[in-house]
Amino acid sequence: MFPRIVYESFRHQARRKLLAGIAITLGVAVATAMIAVATDIGDKINRELRSYGANLLVTPQEDTLDVEVGGVNLKPPSDGAFLNEADLPKIRGTFWHNNIVGFSPMLPVTVKVGSGSAKDVTLIGTYFNKPLHFGKQDFTTGVRITHPWWKVTCGDGRLARPGRVEDSPASCGWPDDNSENILVGERLAAKLAKKSGDTLDVAGRQLTIFGILSTGAAEDDEIVAPLGLAQQILGKPGAVRRVYVSALTKPQDAFATQDPNTMTPEVRDRWYCSPYVQSIAYQLQEVIPHSHAEQIRQVAQNEGTVLSRIKGLMLLVTLAALFASALAVSAAMATAIFERRVEVGLMKALGAGNLAVSAIFFAEALLLALVGGIAGFSAGALLAHQIGRSIFNSQISIEPVLFPVILAIAVFVTFAGSAAAIRRAVKFDPVFALRGEG
Amino acid sequence: MSTIPGTLHTPNQVADRRAKAPHASMFTRMLLRAAVLRRRRAAAALLAMIVAAAVATAMMNLYVDVQAKLRTEFRNYGANVVIIGKDGQSLPADALAKVESAPGPGTKALAVPFSYAVARTKDGQSVVVVGTDFPRARQLNHWWKVSHWPDEPNQALIGMRAANAVSPNRQPFELTFQGKAIELTPAGMLQTGAGEDSRIYLDQSEFQNWTGVAPSTIEVAVNGTAAEVESFMRQLAQLLPSADIRPVRQIMEGEANVLNKTRATLYASSTLVVLTSALCVLATLMGWVFDRRRDFAIMKALGASERLVNGFFAAEAAAMGAVGAILGFFIGIGVAVWIGRANFHAPVVPRFSVFPYVFAGSVAVALISAILPITMLRRIQPAMILRGE
Repeated sequence: MFPRIVYESFRHQARRKLLAGIAITLGVAVATAMIAVATDIGDKINRELRSYGANLLVTPQEDTLDVEVGGVNLKPPSDGAFLNEADLPKIRGTFWHNNIVGFSPMLPVTVKVGSGSAKDVTLIGTYFNKPLHFGKQDFTTGVRITHPWWKVTCGDGRLARPGRVEDSPASCGWPDDNSENILVGERLAAKLAKKSGDTLDVAGRQLTIFGILSTGAAEDDEIVAPLGLAQQILGKPGAVRRVYVSALTKPQDAFATQDPNTMTPEVRDRWYCSPYVQSIAYQLQEVIPHSHAEQIRQVAQNEGTVLSRIKGLMLLVTLAALFASALAVSAAMATAIFERRVEVGLMKALGAGNLAVSAIFFAEALLLALVGGIAGFSAGALLAHQIGRSIFNSQISIEPVLFPVILAIAVFVTFAGSAAAIRRAVKFDPVFALRGEG
Repeated sequence: MSTIPGTLHTPNQVADRRAKAPHASMFTRMLLRAAVLRRRRAAAALLAMIVAAAVATAMMNLYVDVQAKLRTEFRNYGANVVIIGKDGQSLPADALAKVESAPGPGTKALAVPFSYAVARTKDGQSVVVVGTDFPRARQLNHWWKVSHWPDEPNQALIGMRAANAVSPNRQPFELTFQGKAIELTPAGMLQTGAGEDSRIYLDQSEFQNWTGVAPSTIEVAVNGTAAEVESFMRQLAQLLPSADIRPVRQIMEGEANVLNKTRATLYASSTLVVLTSALCVLATLMGWVFDRRRDFAIMKALGASERLVNGFFAAEAAAMGAVGAILGFFIGIGVAVWIGRANFHAPVVPRFSVFPYVFAGSVAVALISAILPITMLRRIQPAMILRGE
């Protein structure tokens, strides 16, 4: 009898059940999407924060002081120590290699520019978008990744299309890493009255200006060239002065700033295996011989605060969303039950106990919650996917463990929302209900 | 008929009260009596209305305010505008005062002067010495890790790497610039992980007495939207024609990127939350109106016109929406202020400009939730409803 009552109730009151079901589905969908977005937002914003550029700097251990004022390097070119370019791909061999978004080596060289009145200018050798491989991994890295605010304009003022590397000097873009083409900073280009496509006399070589570089920093007064070319000009093959590394890190806490040399082995392992900027610096020093890795505090120190603010905000918004969906579900359930007092009256007049009547309603609620929960979870997953794609251009992954949790929450909220209404419906005097006085 | 608790009901008193009562029209009386007589259901519907309006207010308030809050947070990344003398020239002496007087957006712009010179140590090594205003630099560059800021004359702040070269044991040291020597004591160490580590920082006036070099760079942190910062830069360009005003692209673009993504996420989430709240109101209010189908039937049976009945239910819903919106608005403002304190450690400014939206939205949702069940009921004969079918 019990299953039949429930079954007939769904068959004959399809419209009402549909309304309550839609409310549950929408509520669960919003809750699922918000939980998925909130759990993933830290990772997503962390990646966006990489647009501030590198957060780690690797320099030779025994280096002399940098003497640089206003983009002019006064340090004697062969002075001080260098890192070895051949060691760089090993960066991808560190424990947290998946967290390393990219790196770019830099080799500043002071060169004479122009044939007539020769002028001292800093030329920086670097990777633009260099294909490298370490072990079985193939990857590309360079300033295109670590310095995303660098813009290259062509002769006609067009921005170089991202992801395009061309060799022909007639067209424009980022130079190839194996070419002898260069980028000239926009202020230097204005001073020299050069535009892209022109040739420039740099240290006795005729180099093609492939594009005009705008960075809003010292590079605007400098020349940027492929690393190999800078090494040739300096006469030191394989030399690199410093390496900028951009890594995804975990916001630092008190544990992060401890000295690894004073830790017990277990604590040290835990520290080593956390992606703090300090532990990544430590690992970089391990793989690159004679190097000193340091966090760039301007970038590294601030991302923690920004990240925690945004995460905290999303957590609060998610709580608001969960609260609102719980309320909507309970409201819909309460309304649906309240409308069925006559039915309750009839059942009670025929001798049904309070328990039996409540059981019928709870069984219906359970069924609705399960169906609505499953439909809502799928809709919410779709919604989260859509949000991830349209805002962050990447996937928002939904943990499978979320499914039973969401379903349990849906059932709980539906029950809680129905409980008060069921209690009132059961308590209602059948005589009044059947007479239609309510 | 139920009674209002605490009132007496002898016929005289009732007649007396009725005579003294303001002469309310039948329409308002019906509205008030409906709310009083079914106060439990009415309270439930109103509660849903208030909660929904509160959640919507809090979300809208946050959406408007969070961007300003995050921008302040982003100013910890340091200067976003740099003023440099053209062709390496020094800036005019009044440049700093001019920058500070420029009417910037929001809070006053923070401007820090920097002047540079290359000095030599005793053993002939070159080192960059920078003159600056320490209290301002400290305010601008929160990420500088400084063991002790200089507070006495002839004290210098020494970068980590410079310290190893000039004063490894923190002893006083001598620097010469164009034949003029100066004796300095290290006050503290500076660590930034970037170029600053190779430099020595001095107080601007001491630096200028020694080298005669005036500030060539002013770093400015100005708080505002991209358009506001741009117009501020245009003003600076007019005030200081001899200088180059440049945006710090790394900071500006990073900020724009993160802020845009956060805003978009917040927008999507707020929309979802507001929609869910509206759904909650819809469900409750529809139940409240549907539940009163007998009132509806009696009114029609007594000869009320369709317009009157519709108007009655619409007015009731609108009143509930309005009251809910007003109460919910203030609760929502309270929630937004609390979130601001909890998450940003700064008060959120109540945005009363969102009130019209919350109010209009609440009334509209309430009207929709009243009209939907009414149109359904209209097709049914009053007699059927009164018979309880």
